[in-house]
Amino acid sequence: MNAKKALLYIIVLAATLAAPFLFPDFRTQLATLWLMIIVALTWDMTGGQMGYNSLGNIFFYGTGMYVAAVIAIGIVYNVGEYTDAAGGGRFEFTDAQYFSGMMLGIIGAGLFCALVAVVIGYLTFGLRGPYFAIGTLGVAIAAGELVSNWDWVGGGQGIALPVYPGDFDTGKLYFYYLFAATGVILFVFLRWLYATRFGAAINAIRDDEGKAEAMGVHTMRYKLTTWSMAAFFVGVVGGISAFQLIHFEPLETAYQTINLGIFMVVCVLLGGKGTLWGPIVGAILFHVFKEVTWNYLLGWQWVALGALIVVTVVYFQDGIMGWLIHRKPEWFGIRVEQKNLAVGTDE
Amino acid sequence: MTTIIDIHEVSKSFGGVVANEEVSMSVEKGGITGLIGPNGSGKTTLFNSIVGYHPIDHGSIRFEGEEISTLPVQKIARRGLLRTFQQTRIYGAMNCVENMLISMPHRKMSFFDAFSRNGEEDYDRADALLDFVGLYEKRFLRSGSLSFGQQKLLEFAMALMNEPTALLLDEPTAGINPTLINGLIDRLKRANTDFGITLFIIEHNMRVIMNMADKIYCLAHGRLLAEGTPEQIQNDQKVVDAYLGAH
Repeated sequence: MNAKKALLYIIVLAATLAAPFLFPDFRTQLATLWLMIIVALTWDMTGGQMGYNSLGNIFFYGTGMYVAAVIAIGIVYNVGEYTDAAGGGRFEFTDAQYFSGMMLGIIGAGLFCALVAVVIGYLTFGLRGPYFAIGTLGVAIAAGELVSNWDWVGGGQGIALPVYPGDFDTGKLYFYYLFAATGVILFVFLRWLYATRFGAAINAIRDDEGKAEAMGVHTMRYKLTTWSMAAFFVGVVGGISAFQLIHFEPLETAYQTINLGIFMVVCVLLGGKGTLWGPIVGAILFHVFKEVTWNYLLGWQWVALGALIVVTVVYFQDGIMGWLIHRKPEWFGIRVEQKNLAVGTDE
Repeated sequence: MTTIIDIHEVSKSFGGVVANEEVSMSVEKGGITGLIGPNGSGKTTLFNSIVGYHPIDHGSIRFEGEEISTLPVQKIARRGLLRTFQQTRIYGAMNCVENMLISMPHRKMSFFDAFSRNGEEDYDRADALLDFVGLYEKRFLRSGSLSFGQQKLLEFAMALMNEPTALLLDEPTAGINPTLINGLIDRLKRANTDFGITLFIIEHNMRVIMNMADKIYCLAHGRLLAEGTPEQIQNDQKVVDAYLGAH
């Protein structure tokens, strides 16, 4: 890593830490921005890097919420009795119970989703292209319907979790940093992963899966591992969201296929598929655009969002990063090398 | 010499079309074997059967003495039996070096090896092989932007990177500039002699295949028409007739 790059990372990290103090009124918004970045980055793992466009990643978000909630409640009370009371009744959580339940819940959500991804992946990775997208979308929709009919986890009413025990503003800060920490870990992880042979292998699957098979690459193993890792992080942020939102229900919050489920795809398309920074740039632009239109164009916000999607898909198919690579290939190391200038390789 | 690929009475049909009928041949270890035949005579189908692209209807295919006709593509590739495609297949969005690095022999890698970066020696090997096929200067270009002939050379280099025991080449010189063909013949021969890779080559260019192969098989209408040394094949009236359409 050269000095310029290191400086950039230090600035980004400092901005991440300082943001909630620079914009104290927007703490929840900033936390949501991190959520968008994380789901966009994880979507890009399969969609951009591996060429499998999933429309069902929201399944792991919703499942993460439920698993985290069930674990956090379950270690103190009977889950069935708790959800029967639907937010009423006397179910007290001490600070220690709240925080240990949350941490166990979040990690458990990630692990559970990682495991489920292997099972679903095994069934759906036989599908290619649009069939995979629709297949995974089906899984997410079906899961939402199933959960909304499952009374033990609150049915259609969802679950109301205990409220953050401390000060209201501190709570916002707490959740901001939880999301931000997950995002930073995910970024560092992906930056490493994409530089390994594993990263190269999933790129090969994207570019020509048949060729990768013919070259002996363990395609199924790599596909399952990638999706499982993506599902882990989505499950984790689902778990964090459950505690941040306090109350959630299955169709509009947890398995929200038409909102977050689509937004994550739009973020990636906007920023540039298959690049490390594309999903981040896309998520920031998308989130700002969405919040501005929701505030100043109320009533037309969905129209504006639709227009953004159409413009992206028609005119910016490679996204912002893709456009940059096309315009400034030398920034990305695409060049013709003169043999005599190369430093000692084979001669 | 021992037989490395043993094809015994292989039949394959697609619906009513019989692509291969009771075809038997054997590929000698360490040699260069040629497969010729008019268009549509079932050469590529036979290659696809060998590498596990589709199940065969009848017969057996053995590689290094073991039956492989029931194995899927990846498992056969991991045994060291590799093929290149007639319609060249490379990873177009990546540059040549990345294409080479992906082609590292995965059969020699454990799951956890995949989570390490490529070492200095891997890069050196990739560069050396790209130099071997004459693509060194273009190694940081998107491989999809190379000409068809260059992509073919890249695919050949990728196959060598994989360190196969045997390599099936489907028309390696098709679409390559005639002045480059001599260079390619030389490289194929060197891959065989220097790297010890057994070659099994489908080729339409008679000058090329007669120059390289120790033994040639000729298919026509899905059946084995003739076999022998290049001289025997050249003088075989049945082969001449098949090519000129007397069949």
